[in-house]
Amino acid sequence: MADHGETTHAGAAHGSVREYVTGLLLSIVLTAIPFGVVMSGALAEGLSIALILLCAVGQVLVQLVFFLHMNTSSEQLWNTTSAIFVVVLVAILIVGSIWIMHHLNHNMLMGH
Amino acid sequence: MASNHTVVTEPHFLFGKLTFDSIPYHDPILVTTFSVVVIGSIGLLGAITYFGKWKYLWDNWFTSVDHKKIGIMYILTALIMLIRGFSDALLMRSQQAIALANESGAGYLPPEHYDQIFTAHGVIMIFFVAMPLIVGLMNIVVPLQIGARDVAFPFLNSLSFWLFVVGALMLNISLFLGEFAATGWLAYPPLSGIDYSPWVGVDYWLWSLQISGIGTLLTGVNFVVTILRMRAPGMSLMKMPVFTWTSLCANVLIVAAFPILTVTITLLTLDRYMGTHFFTGDMGGNQMMYVNLIWAWGHPEVYILILPAFGVFSEVTATFSRKRLFGYSSLVWATAAIMLLSFVVWLHHFFTMGAGASVNAFFGIATMIISIPTGVKLFNWLFTMYKGRVEYTSPMWWTVAFFITFTIGGMTGVMLAIPAANYVLHNSLFLVAHFHNVIIGGALFGYFAGITYWFPKATGFTLNETLGKWACGLWTVGFFLAFMPLYVLGFMGMTRRLNYYENPVWNMWLLVAGAGALIILCGILVQFYQIFASIRDQRHNRDMTGDPWNGRTLEWSISSPPPFYNFALLPAVRDRDHFHDMKNLGLAYKKPKQYHRIHMPKNTWAGVVISGFSLVMGMAMVWHIWWLAILGTLGMIGSFIVYTFEKQKDYYVEIDEVEAIENAHYERVAHANDKRDDNAAPVTISI
Repeated sequence: MADHGETTHAGAAHGSVREYVTGLLLSIVLTAIPFGVVMSGALAEGLSIALILLCAVGQVLVQLVFFLHMNTSSEQLWNTTSAIFVVVLVAILIVGSIWIMHHLNHNMLMGH
Repeated sequence: MASNHTVVTEPHFLFGKLTFDSIPYHDPILVTTFSVVVIGSIGLLGAITYFGKWKYLWDNWFTSVDHKKIGIMYILTALIMLIRGFSDALLMRSQQAIALANESGAGYLPPEHYDQIFTAHGVIMIFFVAMPLIVGLMNIVVPLQIGARDVAFPFLNSLSFWLFVVGALMLNISLFLGEFAATGWLAYPPLSGIDYSPWVGVDYWLWSLQISGIGTLLTGVNFVVTILRMRAPGMSLMKMPVFTWTSLCANVLIVAAFPILTVTITLLTLDRYMGTHFFTGDMGGNQMMYVNLIWAWGHPEVYILILPAFGVFSEVTATFSRKRLFGYSSLVWATAAIMLLSFVVWLHHFFTMGAGASVNAFFGIATMIISIPTGVKLFNWLFTMYKGRVEYTSPMWWTVAFFITFTIGGMTGVMLAIPAANYVLHNSLFLVAHFHNVIIGGALFGYFAGITYWFPKATGFTLNETLGKWACGLWTVGFFLAFMPLYVLGFMGMTRRLNYYENPVWNMWLLVAGAGALIILCGILVQFYQIFASIRDQRHNRDMTGDPWNGRTLEWSISSPPPFYNFALLPAVRDRDHFHDMKNLGLAYKKPKQYHRIHMPKNTWAGVVISGFSLVMGMAMVWHIWWLAILGTLGMIGSFIVYTFEKQKDYYVEIDEVEAIENAHYERVAHANDKRDDNAAPVTISI
């Protein structure tokens, strides 16, 4: 309800210009590296895939921290906590499922 | 019964798969049930029309966004569905009691009918009895415990409830139009695939769970936001009542787990409707993935059901032991630990499917670990009672019955968690006995304790205590008689879901189990009579002060039933047991100097109408009537758009009205205080 506004803080911090510019520069760099690697073909295939994945993870973190203002300040603590919780759960489910299904496929579908 | 019907595979343009043959008019059991339901419904609707109550119902209940009314409607629907689910249980118990195969055949239920009954029983009891009971309790209690005036999103709450009603309705329609799934309550493929279940039973299952599941997901979002954002000033997380804590954890689990159910059901829907191969045996599909996904939702679901019940026991034990809850923070941390651990045990539902030793060992050990925080809680409650002045009211009866029953259920659970033992016990009646042991003896007893405990808060009068104790006694005795034999039968090798059997040794135990089910029936009848008798005698049971049990938390500080705005002034919380603290300091029942006007949400038609269109969409999808499904979907979206353009969604309650309602309450309290001559619960008053 709206009249609860005075007791809680629904709004998030909106960051500073500096924060946005840093975020923008970092995300451009993290985009440029994978492009550069693929277009130049300088690195071996396995290495470039690893580098691209690394940049992708970095990109997600940059977006979360600089654009969605996820940090440990009291305003943002809930968002950060729930994000970590969700990441942990998703990791458990994906890794667990892959592990389980690998076993099941290995044991149960040997004809395939 | 599927076997007697023509299964239409090429749907007609106008009517889809629906033909006159879809009505099971040649089945005497169903025709009789149908006639009773029709006569009953005509009687009920006729009575509402005769007494001119339609407008009252529409204005005060159907369109209400008041969390207390929505909570009451949830619980009423759950009790109606309990009758249906328990009838299924009686049918199965009576079938198995007489289904020893001999020359004259076995039992009275043909296999395809029996299969639908055990499927419907499981689906109804979990989704349409246990879930609405707990969501209903949370609706009534949580906003009152945290000192809020409603939930965070009142319209969404109404929509959640009506979507849930649509799910329940579709399940009941399936009894008289078509068939219900005959696959077991979780509808494993390939049996639930289009090849083995070509008619509409599984489709009813899919759409009924999909629609009500989305309602549940919205409830989860609503309550997480409500609890995190709308607590009264001063109520830090560690000052929240334990029921609110366990509700918070249960709702986090809903938000995290229900999307898995939604996606899994969607994939199975695609397999059945669009010819995809997610869970088929060929074209790269994998049925085992379905089992993996459905239990990744299914295990957290178990804790969604049980955690709020733990919260109820905590409130009840503290109140009736007249003591602060023992080890509050350990209980909170145990709940939080369960919340996370419930996501790392799902494989124990399919140890025997063929995973290797390392996988089974991991999930077996994780399952044993999760029993530790649960054990911690039991000691919390026992130590709360220790040296307390324990008052054995009927909520306390349910609680003590729970201690004993749930401990046994927990221990058989740890037995099942041993993968090697699981290979023997899996799929047997031992398993059936175990999960009924924890769901009835854990969750359901908790809901009954909670309903008895908060009944006066919701309605303004208490339930009959003597009848409540009788109900608890009958339920407990009936439960042990009905389910202990199933443990024995499990050891004797009887598998679950048997339509008939040839081993005469089993028969005696099944007869005992049947007798137990009849005693539970007596318990349920006493409960319905208890509600009737309490309404009849409400003049004598009226709760004048709003605090019939000498309670400890905020909900007891306001009148029973609470005014529609709950709190005239938001309380400033200083203590964990805030109201108890206020009573001790002589600060309770103080009339405030000044009131303010209160901002409240308006009732809305949108929840009912959007859900009505979802019923049209769901039924059309079940019967493959595509044009109607499109209309239903457009109706849902359209009515939502119309609702968003409504300008006046809220209003202000003026000071005069608040003052009048509050003054009436203070007068009742003063009157009750004059009549009171015992000092058991001193009510301090200053007007």
